[in-house]
Amino acid sequence: MGMIIQGVTGDWEVVIGLEVHAQVSSNAKLFSGSATEYGAEQNTQVSFVDAAMPGMLPVINTAAVEQAVKTGLGLKAKINNFSVFDRKNYFYADLPQGYQISQFLQPIVGEGILTIDLKDGVTREIGITRLHLEQDAGKSIHDQHPSMTLVDLNRSGVALMEIVSEPDMRSPEEAAAYVKKLRSILRYLGTCDGNMDEGSMRADVNVSVRRPGDDLGTRCEMKNLNSVRFIQQAIVYEANRQVDILEEGGKIDQETRLYDSVKGETRSMRSKEEAHDYRYFPDPDLLPLQFDDAFVAKIKADLPELPDEKKDRFMNTLGISAYDAGVLVAEKEVADFFEDVAKGRDAKLSVNWVTGEFFGNLKRTGKTIATSPVSADALGEVIDLIKDGTISNRIAKEVFEEMFDTGKSASNIVEEKGLKQVSDTGAIEAAIDDVIAANPDKLAEYRGGKDKLLGFFMGQVMKNTGGKANPGVVNKLLKPKLDG
Amino acid sequence: MSLDKATVAKVANLARIRVEENHLDTLANELNAILGWVEQLSEVDTENVAPMTSVAEMQLRWRADEITDGGYQQEIVANAPSDEDGFFAVPKVIE
Repeated sequence: MGMIIQGVTGDWEVVIGLEVHAQVSSNAKLFSGSATEYGAEQNTQVSFVDAAMPGMLPVINTAAVEQAVKTGLGLKAKINNFSVFDRKNYFYADLPQGYQISQFLQPIVGEGILTIDLKDGVTREIGITRLHLEQDAGKSIHDQHPSMTLVDLNRSGVALMEIVSEPDMRSPEEAAAYVKKLRSILRYLGTCDGNMDEGSMRADVNVSVRRPGDDLGTRCEMKNLNSVRFIQQAIVYEANRQVDILEEGGKIDQETRLYDSVKGETRSMRSKEEAHDYRYFPDPDLLPLQFDDAFVAKIKADLPELPDEKKDRFMNTLGISAYDAGVLVAEKEVADFFEDVAKGRDAKLSVNWVTGEFFGNLKRTGKTIATSPVSADALGEVIDLIKDGTISNRIAKEVFEEMFDTGKSASNIVEEKGLKQVSDTGAIEAAIDDVIAANPDKLAEYRGGKDKLLGFFMGQVMKNTGGKANPGVVNKLLKPKLDG
Repeated sequence: MSLDKATVAKVANLARIRVEENHLDTLANELNAILGWVEQLSEVDTENVAPMTSVAEMQLRWRADEITDGGYQQEIVANAPSDEDGFFAVPKVIE
């Protein structure tokens, strides 16, 4: 569903395109042999190439090329066996070369498709315009010195993939779904860790508005948004700002704007406008990037199962709903965990336990799948115990909570606490007799036509047996006794 | 193609080269002479000729994804006009 802003003069449609910068997962940088790991001491992961010392020459990292091709394949995109690196010229303190090595006219990856997942299992295809390789810049720190800006070049020269979408999105929700899906695919592929907190993934958001059906309006770009929430907030603010201007007869200036997440507004960045004359030209230090079809085929052969394919398989072979399948495949770790639990077990019951109790207890204890005290096998045992009637679903939930807190196995807890479900008819009949004997007035009411009291007796019997009575057996035995 | 004074001033600014106002005309003439000379190349018919990407008959060299460099913070900042605790220190740039 597109977002429509109802103005005084009529409806406005919002049009969104995204440029996502994703840091390539690699040991070394795009054109040098220095390390890429996050969080190192300042300027310790910098080579003379990254610092742009005179005479240093860039040599491309094989892994960066492979990761870009792999990502292109994951986006069902055209792979260009011939691409060219260009210099994008601008001056900034954290860009020692005075230019960024990027790809302009001939990128390594061309048009592709990304399918986004919306509410109620609805999907939409968003066009990918291109993906190109480029260098990251260094980092400027403005608040640690009273009069100076401090520059750390550890990030300088790290390989980035810039992934550009078509202006195909029509609402903040679609933009959010796009970023989430792209992040998921990158993580499945292992080409980017998708860690937005550490800046491994950041987005430039292009927003324009128009009358439904009209040509595209003039857009504004908001740079460097590093959370899905900020992306959505920035779009809402910016779209409304543009509608207000247009409705008052004004016109939109194409410009770069800064989103201030504290104030929740976008501001013009006029100071940078002049710098937008990038004067691209082919980098004379680098020959064109070329590879043959066999290089691409080899990467293709090693592609993992991606979220869309996994979702289809969960739906078609395991009979899981589109919604549940979507939840399970979004994170690879969750999908893997689920598959371990569901192996040889009831798929539906496994889904309910993974997305219900398991997620609930992770949240309660502040743990993640990686640090969870309960393994997939341990959860599987709980499901087995429910299936073979050893414990009821209700008891299972208690047992599971204790498993999280103590790390013990389900069978141990059941054994220690004597939680084994009672299915023995003799014991259950005795419990029913006790309850009936203790509540003669309620029995009389029931026999007088108050059918609803069946639930009361059921509850009392369960309470009487410490919740261990098999509810199915109680149900079967209780009614005849009440009816006399 | 011909450059006017304003374009020369703009290019100089983008390249961070200070050019005094009274030198702009001379510079424009010189640049136009160079551009005119280069433009002679367009007289050659290059239909069906692939763009030349290098004068050397060679392919781009690739490196393995191995950490082989870095780890010398002091050498990196050694030539900086100003440094601070292993950082480059530059005049404050605040948006």
